[in-house]
Amino acid sequence: MREFFIKLGKIDRRVIYGIIALGVILPLLKPIGLPENITPPVKHVYDYIDSLPAGSVIILSIDYDATVLPEVHPMVLAVLRHAMVKGVRPIGLGLNPAGTGLGLDAFTKVGKELGKKYGKDFVYLGFKPNVSATILGLGENIRKVFPTDYFGTPIDSIPMLKNVRNYNDIALTISFSGSSLPENWIMYANARYGEKIACGVTAVMAADFYPYLQTGQLVGMIAGLKGAAEYETLVNRLFKKLGLKRPSVIAIRGMDANSLAHVLIMVFIILGNLAFFAAKYKEEK
Amino acid sequence: MSHDPWVWIAAILSLFIFSFLYKDNPFYKFAEHLLVGVSAGYYLNIYWYNGIYPNIVQHLTKEHNWLYIVPLFLGLLYFAIFIPKFSYFIRWPIAFLLGSASGFAIPAAFQARIMEQAKGTILLSPSSYHSPLAFFNAILIFIGVLTVLSYFFFSKEHKGTLKISSKIGIIFLMIGFGASFGYTVMARVSLLIGRLQFLLGTWLGLIKY
Repeated sequence: MREFFIKLGKIDRRVIYGIIALGVILPLLKPIGLPENITPPVKHVYDYIDSLPAGSVIILSIDYDATVLPEVHPMVLAVLRHAMVKGVRPIGLGLNPAGTGLGLDAFTKVGKELGKKYGKDFVYLGFKPNVSATILGLGENIRKVFPTDYFGTPIDSIPMLKNVRNYNDIALTISFSGSSLPENWIMYANARYGEKIACGVTAVMAADFYPYLQTGQLVGMIAGLKGAAEYETLVNRLFKKLGLKRPSVIAIRGMDANSLAHVLIMVFIILGNLAFFAAKYKEEK
Repeated sequence: MSHDPWVWIAAILSLFIFSFLYKDNPFYKFAEHLLVGVSAGYYLNIYWYNGIYPNIVQHLTKEHNWLYIVPLFLGLLYFAIFIPKFSYFIRWPIAFLLGSASGFAIPAAFQARIMEQAKGTILLSPSSYHSPLAFFNAILIFIGVLTVLSYFFFSKEHKGTLKISSKIGIIFLMIGFGASFGYTVMARVSLLIGRLQFLLGTWLGLIKY
């Protein structure tokens, strides 16, 4: 038995890659349909947006780039669908230069899907450099930071933004990111202007943001592919209730593969440890 | 299967990158270098049209607001590093940036990261919590913060009470690191899932959403 574990410890890493690849590919091709348990941080974001009266304005800050697209992009799509179907009007802006196109893609796609009109139901302002100056500037006057939208249209000629001046007119800001950038929203927009903040972050960053949930500095948090799948589930239930066509479920479909890959990784960790101790025991002997 | 040539290019480049898992090879190197080059060009373009052009060029050429020469001059001083004789001038923009950024960040960080976090650690009466579990959670956080802080207290040798509390602190730290590691694994697997969804779905059309 010991020799078996020692041999297992010397297995080529490419074999492990192959097994993980299979563990991911098979559930993608043939979904198992594992149930999605909704966690409180995600539910809080959903409930907050759900409780907003139609016509409210929220900011979706696109602070991520293509490197974290599979985790964060489905969150943006799900939140946009939820907001737009409830009549909440989202403003899109970005503090990460590489996310500008991704944000535009999400806003255009969902706007088209739900038959919403640009400038009346949603607006996209694009990227602005200097994170702290931009967030602080939005607390004073949005026009000074973004004199025009992404397409060069002056802010004052966009109907949706006529009565939007600063955070007093914005019910919630959600920062979607793969880095610690949402902390800047907490530091400048929440601490200084009392703006309600939520975040959609990659799983890597999630542990860093839990302390802000506990203190109430964050309304809620959507974390990783799991968080995105939970939000998609909630939005699907809403669409079903409203008799609308079910939107795409890219994160939900990914979660089966995620769960199976995790089981495989746990098995490999256990086997790796057994192999290590078996080799160590042999060496000592 | 997709008929979009851009999807084919993205799929082939993805396979080039994946080929590194077997071993380093020229296809991987090509894709890697292409990514670096395209990224540099993309960032330059974005910063020009969203930063330099509207914030400097437009003010100088269209509005003739000559005050903007000051930030332009300060910005250009960054390039002084390339002229050994004048390289010390780079300290000016760095000093300005450090000073202004500190002025912005220190009060805000103190409020958000220290005051609010400390407030969140203070225990209230059990009736202030919405459930007994929330009260238990608050006690756990209280103990966790104090013991972890005691672990990082190096002014006194870790003996007696300090030794016990720092040992408990290590347990909390390890749980924290474990949670971070678990989340990191999930993130990395998610990235693989995303790419495979693209290859199997968008490219080959084997997955329908």
